[in-house]
Amino acid sequence: MDKAKPLIAAGIIFFMFIIAYSSAYVVHETEQVIITQFGKPIGDPIATPGIHFKIPIVQEANFFDKRFLEWDGDPNQVPTKDKRFIWVDTYARWRIKDPLLFFQRVQDERRAQSRLDDMLDGETRNAIAKHLLVEIVRSTNRQPELPEGSAEGELAVELQKIKIGREEITRSIVAAAAPRTLELGIELLDLRFKRINYVEEVQKKIYERMITERKRIADKFRSEGQGLAFRILGDKERELKKIESGAYRTAQEIIGKADAEATAIYAAAYNKNDESREFYQFLKTMETYKTTMSEKDWLILSTKGSFFKYLQDMSGN
Amino acid sequence: MDQQPFDMKNVQLPKINPKMVTAIVFALLALSFISSLWFTVAPEEVGVVLRFGEYTRTVNPGLNFKMPFGVEEVIKVPVERQLKLEFGFRSSTPGVRTRYANTKYQEESLLLTGDLNAAEVEWIVQFRIKDPYQYLFRVRNAEQTFRDINEAIMRGIVGDRTVDEVITFGRQEVADAVKVKIQELCDQYELGIKVDQVVLQDANAPGPVQSAFNEVNEAEQEKEKLINQAKSEYNKIIPRARGIAEKTIQEAQGYALARVNRARGEASKFDSIFAEYSKAKEVTRQRIYLETMNDVLQNVGRKLITDESAAGILPLFQFEKGVK
Repeated sequence: MDKAKPLIAAGIIFFMFIIAYSSAYVVHETEQVIITQFGKPIGDPIATPGIHFKIPIVQEANFFDKRFLEWDGDPNQVPTKDKRFIWVDTYARWRIKDPLLFFQRVQDERRAQSRLDDMLDGETRNAIAKHLLVEIVRSTNRQPELPEGSAEGELAVELQKIKIGREEITRSIVAAAAPRTLELGIELLDLRFKRINYVEEVQKKIYERMITERKRIADKFRSEGQGLAFRILGDKERELKKIESGAYRTAQEIIGKADAEATAIYAAAYNKNDESREFYQFLKTMETYKTTMSEKDWLILSTKGSFFKYLQDMSGN
Repeated sequence: MDQQPFDMKNVQLPKINPKMVTAIVFALLALSFISSLWFTVAPEEVGVVLRFGEYTRTVNPGLNFKMPFGVEEVIKVPVERQLKLEFGFRSSTPGVRTRYANTKYQEESLLLTGDLNAAEVEWIVQFRIKDPYQYLFRVRNAEQTFRDINEAIMRGIVGDRTVDEVITFGRQEVADAVKVKIQELCDQYELGIKVDQVVLQDANAPGPVQSAFNEVNEAEQEKEKLINQAKSEYNKIIPRARGIAEKTIQEAQGYALARVNRARGEASKFDSIFAEYSKAKEVTRQRIYLETMNDVLQNVGRKLITDESAAGILPLFQFEKGVK
């Protein structure tokens, strides 16, 4: 019997440890607990952190997260109301608001995520199919700011006006899904579009449109440049002609006036009376003889000329 | 030399003293007890202390104490350090601006704009943990949540702007708007994060479209160039033409002056001669005539004096040629 005592003592101590261990549980700041007795939930959820006690073995502590938890939608091709196909990647944040209800309805997070997938993906698809692409992309009716400098004013684009925007759409998804999640003890905090992208064929078309749009703007710049350049060159030609013709006219006027004045002076001198006219003719002719006759010329003279009148006869007859 | 083989039978284990073992075990226990009593917190951190899972206190940098053996647990949170997240790219080495090719992160960086175009935007967010309790305990996976917020907000803001605003003049405005909205959501989600700054890095038209966008810039420059060329052409020609015009007019004026002066000179000369002629007309006339004939006949190379009774001249012409 003596030999058995230490063994029994050890056994009792061991048993007590198990009891002690099973009667206390630690609730972390991030956790909330439902106590179940033989599988059936007992009492209110315990959310205060710290060490707590329960009936050992018979009662079990089920832990649930108290924090905001992630949900990430499956990125998917979804058509919009105007038949554009886009990739939508949504995210949401939720938490277990009513752990008891949660435990009863879905039991654990894995099943909860699956239910959330069904609900939220479904609501997202509906919302997108009911709206135009531009309403999903834009949030407000804000008009684009115009850049400084008129050169860039070409690029100012009017943004399409929308009746309802991205923010409102996501809020409507939350509003539609929230009552259904509450039935599972889940509170939906927020849902947003994390990414929206064009499907590949659509993206190609979008890029083509962007390219042609830019080319149009580039062509416009170039033709404007040419137009203005031609105008300046035209001005140059016109100005040039004006200057040249003006100068020519003025010069001609001056020359004309001078010629007229000279003519008047000559006339005043040569045209005084018959005598002066005759004398002028004589004088001028004499000068012309001197300058026009040269070594190379033949001169045929008649004896009748007054120069030779003394050749035949001394008296000049 | 043959050595004796190692014989297991001769090996003796050292005598184990039970008391020594107990002493060693107690010493080890004591050491681990003491070392689990204290901890240090670095200058940019604080320590969040939980007792049996319950938050009790936050401790400051330096040497601190807690209850041992798992009763109290410490989580250190860097609240003073500015943290950074990258979107659309990743730096290959911290602090160096080289980046991985952003084709890897294109899904992150390709955004839809309000005019239903697209842009590739890379950005970073600089933030700090302002409330460690919230950061640790209110949201699971706080960093992933913060990333999701960033992406969603950036897309929302860019989705309300034109592609030109995003890639050129509206960049700062976008960054400011994004920062405000991210902070709003952080507060709503109880993340305990304070956003310091949002900085846009590269913001460009998507790759395949980039050359068309460049073409617009080039066309704009070409426009300027054409205009400047025309203007310089104008400035080259017109002042010169004005100069030539001036010169033409002045030449005409010069001619006019010369002409009038010459006329005056000649008129005056004629008047003088005429006055003298009037005094002795016949004599003057004869004198002038003879003086002229003198010069002329001297200068002329060939002279032929004919009489009306002479028959023909032609044979004399032939004769003259032979004499030469």
